[in-house]
Amino acid sequence: MNTRQQCKRIYSWVGRAKSSDQQLKTFQYRGVLIKSERSLTEMCILPGEFVLVEGENADQPFVAKLLKLYEDGSQEKHAVVQWFSRITELPLNKRKLLQREVSPQEIFLDKGPGYDTDINVETIIKNVKVIPLAPEEAVPVRSNGKQIFFVKESWDGKCFKPLSPGLLSELKEAEKKKRVGSPSPLTDCQVFPSDFICSLKTETDRVTRSTMKTKNFQMEIESRHSASKSSLSKERHSQRVANGINTPGARKKLQLNSPTKSRNKLTGCDVLELLVDDCDALEALEPSATKRTVTFTEILGSPPKISRTNGEPDSPLSIRGDWSKLAETIRISPYRRGQDSSLKAKNLDGKDDDTWHLNSRNEEEETEERTRESRRTTKQAATSKSNSKSDTNLAEEQELKTRSPVVIPRSHRKCVQKTTARIAEQLRFLNISEQDQEDDYLPSTDCSDSSSSEEEESMVPSTPKRKTRSSTKLSTPKSSRKPSDTTPAKTPRNASEPRTPKTPRNATPKIPIRNQATEKPANVLEEARLRLHVSTIPGSLPCREEEFQDIYNFVESKLIDGTGGCMYISGVPGTGKTATVHEVIRCLQEAVENDELPSFQFIEINGMKLTDPHQAYVQILQLLTSQKVTATHAAELLAKLFSTPGPKRKTTVLIVDELDLLWTRKQDVMYNLFDWPTQKQAKLIILAIANTMDLPERIMMNRVASRLGLTRMSFQPYTYKQLQQIISSRLNHIKAFEEDAIQLVSRKVAALSGDARRCLDICRRSTEICEFSSQKSTSGLVSMAHVMKAIDEMFSSPYINSIRNASLHEQMFLKAIIAEFRRSGLEEATVQQVHLLFFFKTWTLAFVLIV
Amino acid sequence: MSKRKSKETSSVNGECISQVQRILRERFCHQCPNGKLFGVQLQYKHLLELLKRTTIHGESNSALIIGPRGSGKTMLLNHVLKELMEVKQVRENLLQVHLNGLLQTNDKIALKEITRQLQMENVVGDKVFGSFAENLAFLLEALKKGDRDSSCPVLFILDEFDLFVHHKNQTLLYNLFDISQSAQTPVTVIGLTCRQDILELLEKRVKSRFSHRQIYLLNSFDFKQYLKIFKEQLSLPTEFLYKPFTQKWNKNVQSLSEDRTVQDVLRNHFHCSKDLRSLHMLLMLALSSITVSHPFMTGSDLLEASKLYRMDSKANIVHEFQKFIQRKAHSMYNFEKPVVMKSWMRLQHFNFSFSSSESLSQKRSMVDKLC
Repeated sequence: MNTRQQCKRIYSWVGRAKSSDQQLKTFQYRGVLIKSERSLTEMCILPGEFVLVEGENADQPFVAKLLKLYEDGSQEKHAVVQWFSRITELPLNKRKLLQREVSPQEIFLDKGPGYDTDINVETIIKNVKVIPLAPEEAVPVRSNGKQIFFVKESWDGKCFKPLSPGLLSELKEAEKKKRVGSPSPLTDCQVFPSDFICSLKTETDRVTRSTMKTKNFQMEIESRHSASKSSLSKERHSQRVANGINTPGARKKLQLNSPTKSRNKLTGCDVLELLVDDCDALEALEPSATKRTVTFTEILGSPPKISRTNGEPDSPLSIRGDWSKLAETIRISPYRRGQDSSLKAKNLDGKDDDTWHLNSRNEEEETEERTRESRRTTKQAATSKSNSKSDTNLAEEQELKTRSPVVIPRSHRKCVQKTTARIAEQLRFLNISEQDQEDDYLPSTDCSDSSSSEEEESMVPSTPKRKTRSSTKLSTPKSSRKPSDTTPAKTPRNASEPRTPKTPRNATPKIPIRNQATEKPANVLEEARLRLHVSTIPGSLPCREEEFQDIYNFVESKLIDGTGGCMYISGVPGTGKTATVHEVIRCLQEAVENDELPSFQFIEINGMKLTDPHQAYVQILQLLTSQKVTATHAAELLAKLFSTPGPKRKTTVLIVDELDLLWTRKQDVMYNLFDWPTQKQAKLIILAIANTMDLPERIMMNRVASRLGLTRMSFQPYTYKQLQQIISSRLNHIKAFEEDAIQLVSRKVAALSGDARRCLDICRRSTEICEFSSQKSTSGLVSMAHVMKAIDEMFSSPYINSIRNASLHEQMFLKAIIAEFRRSGLEEATVQQVHLLFFFKTWTLAFVLIV
Repeated sequence: MSKRKSKETSSVNGECISQVQRILRERFCHQCPNGKLFGVQLQYKHLLELLKRTTIHGESNSALIIGPRGSGKTMLLNHVLKELMEVKQVRENLLQVHLNGLLQTNDKIALKEITRQLQMENVVGDKVFGSFAENLAFLLEALKKGDRDSSCPVLFILDEFDLFVHHKNQTLLYNLFDISQSAQTPVTVIGLTCRQDILELLEKRVKSRFSHRQIYLLNSFDFKQYLKIFKEQLSLPTEFLYKPFTQKWNKNVQSLSEDRTVQDVLRNHFHCSKDLRSLHMLLMLALSSITVSHPFMTGSDLLEASKLYRMDSKANIVHEFQKFIQRKAHSMYNFEKPVVMKSWMRLQHFNFSFSSSESLSQKRSMVDKLC
């Protein structure tokens, strides 16, 4: 809201209407141009991009994906969006379903119903970068201030689910599209998944050629590439032969070296190399698209990339699409994957230390094992289309390998043992240095067979892989191998996790915890007393079914309609107004959980708990958006919040207890409270509770009373039967009272006030009395006598007793006053007269005593 | 006879007398919890059970102790707390907040005091002592966080409870009683007041939240009990150092209580006011007449003390004045006019004049007439 106040933005369409709907009289547009008045910058936002949308809280705008832009008949610009939720927007009790720490940058795809996806274009602030992550990936910690979000899981109002691969790829496309498309916004990026293989091939070709020119290091490989690029499988095969490494991890070490080291510099040559890596990755058919995002981000700034993408933007996208499908198929066998990853953990260890320390030696070793390896991999001669099948085969193969660890050369294992500590150190260092460069990491375990080796090699330094591995490891409960057990300890991920600082801002103090536990009730009477305490929340509220139903229906209908409204609830104290309303809210929340109702936000203020009526604004705002501002500012913000068509607004149910305390001379607080629900966009339901039935007529101005409306309800004092029912329902078959005793209490209370609190207090007191005199009474039950005593204690006037216990002179003085009243017939008397009479009386008394 | 005895033992008694005076004065002036309670055993038991349930079972409660001034409300509470603190479980858990209506004259000060006594002021730095509203929200939040089983019970003691009733909206009372009626931190609110009509002063929703436990202290003893109290208050404890003196002193007290004049004095006193504090004042005055040469209290001592106690200062002034004008040497006409004027004003200051409503000019004319 602040940002909006600070700088005005001008919104205009890009180009002409793309298409129009005659029936609805809407025109669709390609994009919207946002011009900031102050900074004079222009921003072009296209459908498919992610945007920030103004929300209630200025610091935390909503995140959404723009789907469609159109203008309706009344010239208003609209946008259709797909919402994403921040963790703070999710209900508190659901957050723990995640069972992990969520970084503030992580958002969730909001599939839940209840949010209006049609928003006003003018609420869009700017575009934002959102990076989709596969489920295994960790959300990287980013130090720079640029706003980037990560989406990993979806939220449908009840539970979190990892993004389905299809969705993931879709999001990635959007991501990609944005990047590719942003230099030339009018390029219409469409996906053609059909020519997958063909495009792939051409891609490979080009890449190979370019690498040959630039890099000597990869010459050998590349030559093999060109020699055998007739089909993918062949190529892979040949590569494997060329590389000749016995395990996938170990294989990587050779090629990994140079790219990793040169990465930090990002020279033009490196960029090209990365490009190669990327395309190699494509060949390898590894569904680790996000990693590719990494490469792309880095390529983005370099000229060769741009020329390339502009020329041929389609192919990488299409490939990606297929990969995610692939990933889906692979996920069918989680058990194997678990095995796989654990194996990999070991292998990667070997690979890593090789990478850093044992390059030359390994090269020698590899030659021996090359043959074996190649033999094994020839089995995998499969086409790209049947790749998924081959993957599963490979997984099985890996499993076999895990069972017979002989395959792994001893030297490797030794290396592992020797250098684990050093690796950990280096990795940590590496991680820190590279964090700002890399957007993301993707686990390569999805199809972690030998075919992925090339991809992995090309991709990246070992750090992210380690991360990945550890995360997968954590998710596979079946693997129990030693090496993998030790790895998480040294992974940089673990090191980075506790870095997220906990905000001490929200720390609220509390009453210290008691040292000893409270004692449990020892006997029936104590148990009864516990149940009869007013604070005990009963399972159900007897005797208020009708009122409950009325309020429930009112709120439910408003919720379903998505409108607002007020209800005024009155009744003398202790008739269960607040309890009933709370029960209604509880039931509604249950209904929401069962998906029967759209979700709503529940807040409550109490006039008695405010120091000043204007503090109501502060409290409401704080409960709504957890902002803390002054009363006047809060009033402004709330008015704005409820009067502007805010996107993504849930219905708010507001309980205003002790309404009469919110009275001010100008009645502005009440006026505002009842005015907001009348606004079309507010979606505010107010349940106002007070004691007096005619409060609107008595203290409210006409305009306030009319806004409150005539939806009223009054809670009658409980009758004795209802009170009886309340007591017995609370006691819940505990035999502590005689039936007559309960009836006596309820009749007495019903006759006096009908206050349920009083009734329960009397019952509680009579259990105490019963306990004290339990020696005498045989049954141990609370009898009529005990109840009578309790009632006497509570209701008897203290005056008679205190006069009886006054001293003689005090009594005489009172007598004198009465005598004077009687004499004069008036209810007032002068002190002098009373004084005279007092003396007279005293003398007579003295005389009588003497005689 | 007693005089001779005192002469014999005077050398020994010097220190002894000062010890006696110290012990008795302490007993009369301090509401020390070591003293004995008279005639309030039932109330004592009730309050003790109430507080025990709060501290041990975590049950929220509220109660009022009502009784005229000097009837021993605070003493009763102190006794109960003392006994309660002997239980280890209670001592470790119970948090106490003492408020006084004369000190915490509005809710803002009261809230600060509560925060201070609960030692929460330094939890979030100096943020707590922000505005009144923040303070209230903070405290309510803190109390809301707790629940019956896990958090320490808090005992709120509101002295001069009737003064809290006059706070704006009775916000503090509402919130305290509301907490005691809801499933939050277990609290017990004990109010001490001398107003019998306290319940009518409470607002209806505050009243509804109050549990209506009232403990009345009404000095409901007759003269025989009064005599007994007199005897017990004046007797020395048996563990007193000077055994022979203690015996003698206690014997003397016994004979005093049987003495006719003493009984008359006490009866007079008893008819005037029954509260024990006035008895203490009387005994204090009598005690001050005890010296080394006059080590034991006599009936005349008490009579004198009673006279002193019931002395009317105004009557005294009139008496002095009468004496003054009866003296021959002074005639009224010898005084200057301003002097007479000043003395008249002084008399008015003492509330002698019955024409307080008259204006200054009228007074002048009256003085003129007098002259």
